[in-house]
Amino acid sequence: MTDLSVSVSANGHLASQQPLPEAPAKVTVRNLNFYYGEHHALKNINLTLGTNRVTAFIGPSGCGKSTLLRIFNRMYDLYPGQRVTGQLMLDQTNILDPKLDLNLLRARVGMVFQKPTPFPMTIYENIAFGIRLYEKISKSEMDDRVEKALRGGALWNEVKDKLNASGLSLSGGQQQRLCIARTVAVRPEVILFDEPCSALDPISTAKVEELIQELSENYTIAIVTHNMQQAARVSDKTAFMYLGELIEFDDTSKIFTSPTDRRTQDYITGRFG
Amino acid sequence: MNPIYVRRRRTDIVIRGLCFGAAAFGVTWLALILVTLLYNGLTGLNLQIFTENTPPPGSTEGGLLNAIVGSLIMTVLGVGIGAPLGLFAGTYLAEYGRNDKLTSVIRFINDILLSAPSIIIGLFIYGAVVVPMRGFSAIAGALALAVIVIPVVLRTTEDMLLLVPNALREAASALGLPRSLVIKRIAYRAARSGLITGVLLATARVAGETAPLLFTALSNQFFSLSLNKTMANLPVTINNFVQSPYAYWKQLAWSGALLITITVLALNIGARILGAERTAK
Repeated sequence: MTDLSVSVSANGHLASQQPLPEAPAKVTVRNLNFYYGEHHALKNINLTLGTNRVTAFIGPSGCGKSTLLRIFNRMYDLYPGQRVTGQLMLDQTNILDPKLDLNLLRARVGMVFQKPTPFPMTIYENIAFGIRLYEKISKSEMDDRVEKALRGGALWNEVKDKLNASGLSLSGGQQQRLCIARTVAVRPEVILFDEPCSALDPISTAKVEELIQELSENYTIAIVTHNMQQAARVSDKTAFMYLGELIEFDDTSKIFTSPTDRRTQDYITGRFG
Repeated sequence: MNPIYVRRRRTDIVIRGLCFGAAAFGVTWLALILVTLLYNGLTGLNLQIFTENTPPPGSTEGGLLNAIVGSLIMTVLGVGIGAPLGLFAGTYLAEYGRNDKLTSVIRFINDILLSAPSIIIGLFIYGAVVVPMRGFSAIAGALALAVIVIPVVLRTTEDMLLLVPNALREAASALGLPRSLVIKRIAYRAARSGLITGVLLATARVAGETAPLLFTALSNQFFSLSLNKTMANLPVTINNFVQSPYAYWKQLAWSGALLITITVLALNIGARILGAERTAK
């Protein structure tokens, strides 16, 4: 019953077993409800994303974790028939304000998707493209920014000699790191990862996980994952969701060693999901 | 051997033979047409075709210069007017209006337009442009061709944009791109070769159209660049010359037909190459 299948990794936060000090809230979710048409997909969610912390969202397919993530940058706005109630704050900004400039919001809240989505242009342009949306800078400054972003994405050494090659020519893992670099390049405050490793091989996965840990020094990170070991390895806090409800939200070490809710325990021990 | 297996094999051989026969039958006629066209067209093909205008009846001098230039002008104008309209409309269907009721109505009407006989379009422009303007004109011809171009380009544009994965649009939106830039910089870029292919195919389609020009641009025995006057063009010239009793005119018609065929073939091959590039990516 208490035999938890998740191994404790040496460099993960689980190893410490020390509860992390509470970080100031970056994103605050209060009484959030979400509807796909008639379907009530998220039910009264309450949680906060701590500044420069990694928060993982786990739960079986369809539990609403990706839906929640896609509210943080108002991605759902692209599609009709979806609506949200409740309160969602990014610092002092009301994310749900209908008058909010979505492009500026998305500049502050970046997102990395399940499948790598390099744009159909060169590696250099993939990065510079996003920067140019917000800043007018000289060629040499841009070169610097692109290099910095690619270093930030742990990709620089692999692509520095072929910056003019198409972004599509890279391997899947490299493409995903390009997408991370592209997101970092516009200097967001929050980065959302929606199952960023589910299409990657184990080596690429390890690189991306390492990268997420590095990024958490400067960014507030939310990551949706189906891989519980991954949640245990990279996150400070973990939220377990089930059928549109937030069942348990606590320090990752606590969730994976002594969850309070029976359903959390059943899920992380592989009894369902 | 197992009798079931033997029978199956026999059936297979028979069916395969029938399929091959049907394919060969179709291709044979196409090959015969092309060989006849090449044989008759090439005998009359010389420099004169490109340097001299269409001759008067009975003459054995002259070429197709005015008709070639006229065809070029009206095709370019027609595609120039029709392709942007088709591109914009297709963009609306695939991007902005994806969930609108209006979209399915437009798509339905466009499909009808796509299969409408081109002579109907010629008659429409005759009524809408030629009659009010009190005369046949090159611009009326170009407009008729544009009306044919629109549904073709609209359809390919919509299809090609719908092939662009939504994940790419989401990724661009997530970076903070406004909708217009997502379309212009990301969706168009991803679908570029497909969009060009659509325009090329539409050009190929109108390059050989005769019926819509018969009631609009008519034809002209002389060289003219004026858009307000009748203008010579290859398809109508071929149509007229083939029906004439003069051997030289008939020869010119063959050469004109060959020129159109080569142009259409080149456009189609171009579209193929672009399409292959797209799938290779």
